[in-house]
Amino acid sequence: MEITARGLWTVIHGMGFGALYLLACSGALVELYRFTTSSAPSEFTAGQERFLKSYLITMVVLAWAAVLIGAYVIYPWYRAARPPGTVDLSMFPQRLLMSSPTTIGWHSLGMEWKEHVAWFAPISISMVAFVFIRYGRDLRNHRQLRIAVLYFAVASFAAAGIAGFFGAMITKNAPVHGGHTIQLSQGEEK
Amino acid sequence: MSTSQHAASSNMPTLTNGSGEAAILSAGVGSFALAVLAIAADKSAHIAGSLIFYKPTGPLSGVTTTAILIWLFTSGILEWRWRNKTVPAGRINAAALILLGLSFLLTFPPIADFL
Repeated sequence: MEITARGLWTVIHGMGFGALYLLACSGALVELYRFTTSSAPSEFTAGQERFLKSYLITMVVLAWAAVLIGAYVIYPWYRAARPPGTVDLSMFPQRLLMSSPTTIGWHSLGMEWKEHVAWFAPISISMVAFVFIRYGRDLRNHRQLRIAVLYFAVASFAAAGIAGFFGAMITKNAPVHGGHTIQLSQGEEK
Repeated sequence: MSTSQHAASSNMPTLTNGSGEAAILSAGVGSFALAVLAIAADKSAHIAGSLIFYKPTGPLSGVTTTAILIWLFTSGILEWRWRNKTVPAGRINAAALILLGLSFLLTFPPIADFL
């Protein structure tokens, strides 16, 4: 069992930071919704407040790690220019997608949207974390702030979901290959 | 119970809403800036060329870096102006959410191509 270095980076970006962020979003949304929908939210203990702040900071780290690795490590491999005369496009995912009318949409719609919309996730969740850290339990006295924070958290989840969906579909149609091969385990003969 | 704990457990806000609203509006502004810059880079080769901060990533590097700087700058200015003030939260939230909604729409390729 082996994986290429570029494939490993893709896994770290998508299944590591990206998927973990989406999972974390569901927990944060439940907690923020619970905190937001009641006009008099139940008392938050200091321990619960500390936990939620740590949770949100972790989400901020996950979101920024996912977009920065995506934009500065994987995207250059995705959009690499094809040398003239190259016939095998497997090392040039963007060109490979654009070479067929059945896959071009994954680039022209999928990647074109994903590469921009993904950034709304870290921007939004950073704001959510900042407001929570700044206000803490006092946030229960600012209903309008709580509601706006919830909407931005939902938007962050949606942005990450869109990016994750298109990322998975693009990888399915034109995976990023290359780099040295990493041996994960030795296969055994049956 | 300390004074701050007592205040936090009462229904009287201990902080004004200015700081939070500054963060919310600046997040909307930053997102919108990213969408506008993305469209500008898509429509103009000159702008796209000037937004290449890191060649392997292309104009995306400049679009996102500039948008993040606009977001942080707006956040700093608004935080400085509103930190100790109570501001009209409803109107500011509406503006921030409209900007965020427009950002999603403007980055959606069929809409961006239509413009």
